[in-house]
Amino acid sequence: MYSAAIFLPLAAAILAGFFGRWLGDRGAQLVTCGAMVVAAALSIPIFLDVAIEGHGQVIPIFSWIESGALEVVWALKFDTLTAVMVLVVNVVSAMIHIYSIGYMHGDRSVPRFMAYLSLFTFFMLMLVSANDLVQLYFGWEGVGLVSYLLIGFWYDRPSANAAAIKAFLVNRVGDFGFGLGIFGVFYLFGSVMLDVVFAGAPEKAGTLLNFLGYDFDALTVLCLLLFVGAMGKSAQLGLHTWLPDAMEGPTPVSALIHAATMVTAGVFMVARLSPLFEYAPFALNVVAVVGASTAFFAATIGLVQNDIKRVIAYSTCSQLGYMFFAAGVSAYAASVFHLMTHAFFKALLFLAAGSVIHAFSDEQDMRKMGGVWKKIPVTYTLMWIGSLALAGVPFFAGYYSKDMILESAYAAHTLVGQYAFWLGVGAALMTAFYSWRLILMTFHGKPRADAHVMEHVHESPKVMLLPLVVLAMGAIFAGYAGYEYFVGHGMDAFWRDAILVLPEHSAIVDAHHVPEWVKLLPVVMGAAGIGLAYLFYMLAPSLPGLLAARMQGLYLFLLNKWYFDELYDRLFVNPAKWLGRGFWKQGDGALIDGVGPDGVAAAALSLARRASRLQTGYVYHYAFAMLAGVAALVTWYLIGKAG
Amino acid sequence: MQDLPLLSLVIFLPLVGVAFILLIRGEGEVQNRNVRNVALWTSLATFALSILLWTNFDTTTSAFQFEEEIPWIPGFDINYHLGVDGISVFFVLLSTLLTPICVLASWEAIQKHVKEYMIAFLVLETFMVGMFCALDFVLFYLFFEGVLIPMFLIIGVWGGPARIYAAFKLFLYTLAGSVLMLLAILTIYFYADTFDIPTLLNVRIPVETQYWLWLAFLASFAVKVPMWPVHTWLPDAHVEAPTAGSVILAGVLLKMGAYGFLRFSIPMLPEASVYFTPLIYALSIIAIIYTSLVALAQEDMKKLIAYSSVAHMGFVTIGIFAGNTQSVEGAIIVMLSHGFVSAALFLCVGVVYDRMHSRDIATYGGLVHRMPLYAFVFMVFMMASVGLPGTSGFIGEFLVLVGAFQANTWVAFLAATGVILGAAYMLWLYRRVVFGELTKKSLKDILDLSPREILIFAPLILLVFWMGLYPAPFLDVLHESVGNLVERYELARIAAENVAMVNSGK
Repeated sequence: MYSAAIFLPLAAAILAGFFGRWLGDRGAQLVTCGAMVVAAALSIPIFLDVAIEGHGQVIPIFSWIESGALEVVWALKFDTLTAVMVLVVNVVSAMIHIYSIGYMHGDRSVPRFMAYLSLFTFFMLMLVSANDLVQLYFGWEGVGLVSYLLIGFWYDRPSANAAAIKAFLVNRVGDFGFGLGIFGVFYLFGSVMLDVVFAGAPEKAGTLLNFLGYDFDALTVLCLLLFVGAMGKSAQLGLHTWLPDAMEGPTPVSALIHAATMVTAGVFMVARLSPLFEYAPFALNVVAVVGASTAFFAATIGLVQNDIKRVIAYSTCSQLGYMFFAAGVSAYAASVFHLMTHAFFKALLFLAAGSVIHAFSDEQDMRKMGGVWKKIPVTYTLMWIGSLALAGVPFFAGYYSKDMILESAYAAHTLVGQYAFWLGVGAALMTAFYSWRLILMTFHGKPRADAHVMEHVHESPKVMLLPLVVLAMGAIFAGYAGYEYFVGHGMDAFWRDAILVLPEHSAIVDAHHVPEWVKLLPVVMGAAGIGLAYLFYMLAPSLPGLLAARMQGLYLFLLNKWYFDELYDRLFVNPAKWLGRGFWKQGDGALIDGVGPDGVAAAALSLARRASRLQTGYVYHYAFAMLAGVAALVTWYLIGKAG
Repeated sequence: MQDLPLLSLVIFLPLVGVAFILLIRGEGEVQNRNVRNVALWTSLATFALSILLWTNFDTTTSAFQFEEEIPWIPGFDINYHLGVDGISVFFVLLSTLLTPICVLASWEAIQKHVKEYMIAFLVLETFMVGMFCALDFVLFYLFFEGVLIPMFLIIGVWGGPARIYAAFKLFLYTLAGSVLMLLAILTIYFYADTFDIPTLLNVRIPVETQYWLWLAFLASFAVKVPMWPVHTWLPDAHVEAPTAGSVILAGVLLKMGAYGFLRFSIPMLPEASVYFTPLIYALSIIAIIYTSLVALAQEDMKKLIAYSSVAHMGFVTIGIFAGNTQSVEGAIIVMLSHGFVSAALFLCVGVVYDRMHSRDIATYGGLVHRMPLYAFVFMVFMMASVGLPGTSGFIGEFLVLVGAFQANTWVAFLAATGVILGAAYMLWLYRRVVFGELTKKSLKDILDLSPREILIFAPLILLVFWMGLYPAPFLDVLHESVGNLVERYELARIAAENVAMVNSGK
């Protein structure tokens, strides 16, 4: 059962990928969706068995790499953290597989698409069930590969290709850190197996590691290196630039990979490595600061974007920031809780946005939408549910998890905790604002699309709406249902040893006893954000334009995403191209070849000409004599040495 | 089984094929077809024989196996002495695997002087295999230099427009280094009075002399690897060589230098190796970063892959001289993986070159529309080249970097940037050739892989995943020999540290 839940998607991917031509579109859809539904169904008993009953286990498969002290084994590790992730990944993935039947209808390469989706799911499952860092890395790179393939799925579009390469490369920068982290872990602990490393962590706390010529606190530097990987995959400030561009991929891809699962891998990694991070307080602070800054920064950009998918993309970025700062104040449980609820409501939002795009004949610009809420009521309702959950309106899923995160940050009673808390509260206001800006611009007001498009506005087929309803259930109930287990009184019994929190890092426990205003503030902020959006886009529609004109600089700064892309182009991309060309033409061409073979040849030739004019013409006699002389000299010297 | 002179059979079977080819009479196409068939079956039989080396390999010892020893020139104690250990056995297999692939790859591409061409390849195989098996210095030197002759001819006769320039560049570079290596070999002979390699492995050469010998060997091996800055012959040679020539060049010839380091520099001159390790680190890191950046700027597909080879070989030299179990095993795995991955990438270029007769990246674009199978194959090897986990490229790179981190964090740090750059140039290449719209008129009728081409790629793809997912059969063979090597190297390092401490104590 355990192995089946992991390997079914792989089998489906292979079938659909290699035999798609024979299976046909319908066959490929049946195979992949069937496998995913079974896998999703299997992950429920797995979850109950592992998380609720406490029957965690490790299933070894076979040995992978063995070299000296390094030993890596393919294995499936199931503890509560894995069980939660497997459940989320399989359920969301199954829904998105089914949704894709409708969404990708009529596309040229349906089998390829379905195969990629299933393959992605497999890599994601390998990632979350890894028993050692190298297998984690395997899954990590695997999801990166499929993400690359899916962003560039429509390979005719230059923008899609560019976005795909960008995603792969930015992630590689993160992996560079992740990789060094793994090397360091092996160097320090002599193993990459998680349990060995975790067991050794307490006694390695405080030891020094020489890295790049300086002695650092070993665990701090390792955790920071590993965190660089997490930043890349989870699109945190600095390495976030690929995520908005990744929206070039088909919408189900955005929902599955760039919202619900893959981008949360970084959060998962930090939670998984909590026994390491707990002994590296400085690293935790960095995680918190980066997370909080991202939560705020991405929300500011989300305020002004006009592409419906980009708004949600920045929202994802921002929500991931929440998860990280929760982890940074040792509230890993809250972080994973939010990861779980977020997976449902963000997948829902993306798929609903896909449904909208579908309705508007593939239009993504919100400025060309509006006035359709009566025509597509189901999509409209679902979008509301998703937004309510995202904004943290009471009793929807996001309310439980996001409030828990903010309260934990407050309860940490540290400077970093305060920083995270206030930025998080600010981001909550903006989240509510841009969510309702999205709803109002998309569905309300006067129709801004042309008559032709408006005529075609239609509700999506059932095969697309059904998965949305399932996800909506999650967006409504997941928070309430999970609260006690994930972060409430049942917490310790639920997580067991999957997450380690040192007694002095008790933010999550203290979070239950914060002042009343702390609990109320996020809700108030959410309401204020919704109100503001209503004011801006319903009551006084001229206000946004006025504000943008008044604060032109700020508006452009946000609209251009803080100019990160331009900065990176100047700093890295262009210099790399310039250096490459320079090394090639000047270094290899002029210098090495010029002085080396070509130079010698030219010199020999000119020497030969001059010599031949002076002498007999038997230049080779002289050349040979010279060569022999040199050889003799060196020989004599070497033999003299040896003797 | 053990009585059979297996190594000699593997080495000289291709020459039997050559004899048959020489006997073939006939006219034009008939003759060519017979020649091709003989070459193919000979090389396949050789490969099958060499498999026995692996299946019968004793993984519990670091000693040389399948040894053969016949006196040759007793006056100077020169013997026909053969044997393989864990380090060399896979290079024999790599050579015997790539030769039939080369024959198949040249099936249609080579139309003139087919007979001579196939003879050149079979002779080349003999020299390559002989070099990896030789346990006598003179024998080794003969094979080592002998390889150059058929390679020189293959590039010079069947190459592209600038083939003469490329062939001479290759020849001059490698010959210049070889002269010094010959001197080093003679010096060792005068010192130890033997050419026998296993004996020499246990001879301790004075440290002062080691330095000179080490530099003499470096001159030869660095050119072959190739290390920066003596790498510029490689892009030219690759660009002008016929596809199969590039395959052998990248697949086997580049490994000869690194093999030399492993076989001679490290075990015979350990103190000097320790002493010069920083030099190797510096050159390797420059190679990785410099050539990766250069690869980024290339407009010629073959040149791009050639430069990427230099970068990959940078990992190899780092791994060898970092000198711990992981790094050395990693270096060998990188060599093997690079051996068939870069070979396959050159074959990928060959596939479209055969159809369009152009290596310019700008000629192509949108190939995936007409050649989905080709796109898949190319993708697999691209991902193996950038070291995606699950492919053979990952195992080697990962082990090298794990090892390098233990030796020197700066080296690991800088070398790891190559992993980012490597992805950049490969993805950029792939995007320009395979993805995009198919707008060029000339490509409208391009055909996907033929059955013959599928047959060429299939075993290589299998190897990529086999080595990537279950590398144990490969690593197991390495353990004993590498362990032995690392142990000696470690002793030298400790000794060097002691000397340094004594000196600083003064």
